[in-house]
Amino acid sequence: MAVVRTRGLTKLFGKGQVAAVVGVDLESQEGEFLVLLGPSGSGKTTLLRMIAGLEEPTSGEIWIGGVLVNDLTPRQRRIAMVFQSYALYPHLTVLGNIEFPLKASRVGKEERRRKAQWAADLLGIGRLLGRKPRELSGGERQRVALARAIVREPSVFLLDEPLSNLDAKLRASAREELEQFQKKIGTTTIYVTHDQVEAMAMGDRVVVMNQGSVRQIGTPADVYDEPADTFVATFLGSPPMNLLETSRVIAGFRPEHFHPAGALPGGEPALRLVFRPSHEEYLGAERILYGVIEGGPFDGKKAVARMSSTLSARFAPDTAHDFAVAEKDLKFFDRDTGTRTMRTSLA
Amino acid sequence: MSGLRQRWLGPAMFLPAILYVVALVGVPFVLAFLYSVGDVKVGSVGYHFVGLKNFASVLQNPTFLRSLRNSFVFTVSSQILVLIGANLLALVLKEAFRGRRFLRFLILLPWVAPVSIGSIGWKWILDSLYSVINWVLVLLHLVKPFSAPMWLGEPELAMMSVILVHTWHMLPFATVIILAGWTAIPRDIPEAAAVDGAGFFRRTFQIEIPMMLPIINVAVLFGVIFTFTDMTVIYILTRGGPYDTTQVLPSMAFFTGILGGDLAEGAAISIFLVPLLVAVAWLMLRSAHRAEVA
Repeated sequence: MAVVRTRGLTKLFGKGQVAAVVGVDLESQEGEFLVLLGPSGSGKTTLLRMIAGLEEPTSGEIWIGGVLVNDLTPRQRRIAMVFQSYALYPHLTVLGNIEFPLKASRVGKEERRRKAQWAADLLGIGRLLGRKPRELSGGERQRVALARAIVREPSVFLLDEPLSNLDAKLRASAREELEQFQKKIGTTTIYVTHDQVEAMAMGDRVVVMNQGSVRQIGTPADVYDEPADTFVATFLGSPPMNLLETSRVIAGFRPEHFHPAGALPGGEPALRLVFRPSHEEYLGAERILYGVIEGGPFDGKKAVARMSSTLSARFAPDTAHDFAVAEKDLKFFDRDTGTRTMRTSLA
Repeated sequence: MSGLRQRWLGPAMFLPAILYVVALVGVPFVLAFLYSVGDVKVGSVGYHFVGLKNFASVLQNPTFLRSLRNSFVFTVSSQILVLIGANLLALVLKEAFRGRRFLRFLILLPWVAPVSIGSIGWKWILDSLYSVINWVLVLLHLVKPFSAPMWLGEPELAMMSVILVHTWHMLPFATVIILAGWTAIPRDIPEAAAVDGAGFFRRTFQIEIPMMLPIINVAVLFGVIFTFTDMTVIYILTRGGPYDTTQVLPSMAFFTGILGGDLAEGAAISIFLVPLLVAVAWLMLRSAHRAEVA
């Protein structure tokens, strides 16, 4: 187990024109499940590959377990990585795949068998040991890739979108299993994904990245409830946070905090708005209203409200309704930079 | 209309190829088979069936047995050299470096140039009087001017020379096939091997080459067929000499059947190759099929 730390980590591609990762400072905690979250092209995979030693940083430092590893090969870093494609060796059996890292570190035959068996049992693939990867299902391949990664008892676990090749149903159960599994082995894990649900559900902390730099690091609740800037505010949450721009400031609030005025407890300081819904999406457990705000500083701005389907009120389209947001749920962002400001009310 | 078209378009597209194969491969093959069990000589008018007499006579001919042996030596040695050389070259050429395109082009040249022209170049390089190799060796004081090796004149050296020149000719083709195989390996796999702790040799010999095995098989089997049936290099460099020490079955069939005029015996010699080539072709198809499935 080890802590991963990066300092000013930067990667430029193509003679320096394309900045994939820019000045990333990151520090994991012992045994933590750290998720790198961002849209495609945000540099999260490049960052992971630099930590793995598959990509050489243009500048900056990488420390694993207190050792500067910049000049170490992947094998000297004692890390394990699960690739998006799983990268199983197609000509080897499942056992051959799991044993390969042990062979590479010259573990004796008996010890190898024992450890491979241990890893296979841990992931419940003991009966598949004689099969070739092409004879396995997506979920089974993923387990083999995990078994191959843990068999060497690495100091750090790197996972690059390991669930993206699974179908939606399997993904949910695999997500939970992976999380349980990480808790059980307690190895520091860095997990790359573009799926916010995965990030929120699995991460001890989430690192939100965009255009090569870190926008915010925090617990899932931190990044969701207290976004550091407008990118984080809109990248997390579906539908994203409402951002309403005035001449001085950007005000933001989550769709689930945008209530019919009557649903708000009396006496709670709130921002009252007139909302004219244009259409409604019924999603079973909840309803989502899309519409426009009328009057006041936000006149004509689009907004989204999200409410439980158990709420009986009906909102006829194209009629104005009184809505409100509690002041504690309002977040303010600088109009020019998009970063969060300390302001607590619109006034 | 469209039904008619569908019914005839396929066969119509296929027909030229069939005609070509029947006229230029099928007919000569049947003729060769008929000749090998007949008594046809150049200029003879009749045809009498003589059974396996030609084969019996060929088998008693010491030159034939020597050629048969030479064919195997020639094919096996050159293919081993090609295999090693092509893997090494592919290993270098798959990496990105300045001038890679140019180097790839240079390496393809021996394959693109007509083998006869290349071989004539080699004939001069290996010439007993004007050999540049000997000139260099003399200059370096490694050999004396009048005892320089006769590359094409001494049995062992001659065999070595034809094998090396043929290897030179076959190398690009095998390199291209193996290079393609190597590039087809997803980038993740060698990276996973690196993260799993494998060094260069383990990665190359336990992961990459085994993954390419079906493709390497195809390259080798192609090479075997090309080499076993080819006589260009030998014909130009040594004409099978000295004393038939570099004679192989195709060249012997040519000398006996065409230059010697004994069509029947020449045919019998060529037909001798058939069972072997059929076996190789079968292996080739099987391994190509496997490469597809994997």
